[in-house]
Amino acid sequence: MARPLINVPAKAKKGEVVDIKILISHPMESGQRRDNSGQPIARDIINLLVCTYNDTEVFRAELFPAIAANPFLSFCTVATETGTLKFTWTDDHGTVDTATAPIEVT
Amino acid sequence: MTRLYRRRDVLATAAGGALLPLVPAQATPDTMAAAIKEVVGTAPLKPGKVKLDLPPLAENGNAVSVSVTVDNPMTEANHVRSIHLFAESNPLPNVVHVTLGPRAGRAFFATRMRLSTSQKVIAIAKLSDGTCWTDSAQIVVTLAACIEDL
Repeated sequence: MARPLINVPAKAKKGEVVDIKILISHPMESGQRRDNSGQPIARDIINLLVCTYNDTEVFRAELFPAIAANPFLSFCTVATETGTLKFTWTDDHGTVDTATAPIEVT
Repeated sequence: MTRLYRRRDVLATAAGGALLPLVPAQATPDTMAAAIKEVVGTAPLKPGKVKLDLPPLAENGNAVSVSVTVDNPMTEANHVRSIHLFAESNPLPNVVHVTLGPRAGRAFFATRMRLSTSQKVIAIAKLSDGTCWTDSAQIVVTLAACIEDL
């Protein structure tokens, strides 16, 4: 389903603060809209996104319907060791999706 | 002729009346105060430290770029624990709640949000020592989010 676009620098110096960007393709249906027959459209959003760096949580975002469709998030983390950044997000149906990005620390 | 004008007036009024129920329910300053209280508890809100970066005018309320930076070190002893974003006149005042830690390196995050109308946006940062800092910005929205039909 949701397909992410992740931007993590491939290489970083130890202790450097790196920028991380993630864009997930998702309609983020707010639950406020109505269809042509006037029926409310059920809410369907990604409500939680967690980023772990070698299994240590570095970022967590609780999202609400006020986040635009195809949610984009940008944040920072300290490059501590070579490893992977793992992104896990949960939607309103309870579906959990993950994506990973490698980072090499010198 | 007079009759025709009258009928037109009546039709216009009827159409205007029919449009009213389509306006989405709005959060009031009271519901926002309640949402903020849920996050900060009894801690006083102090202006400063937080920098909310928001354009003064958004042409499309469906995706407004917003970023929050907190001028605070990110050490184990003193760091930003969380950042919260609220929009006063959206149907729901909550926008996003971000949890950070010393591993973040810099207290920053950016996203894109929906705004239902021109309004005030508030960012709150909660520090590891329990203090809460805030910043707000006023934004004019030309095309509102959440009112369009499919």
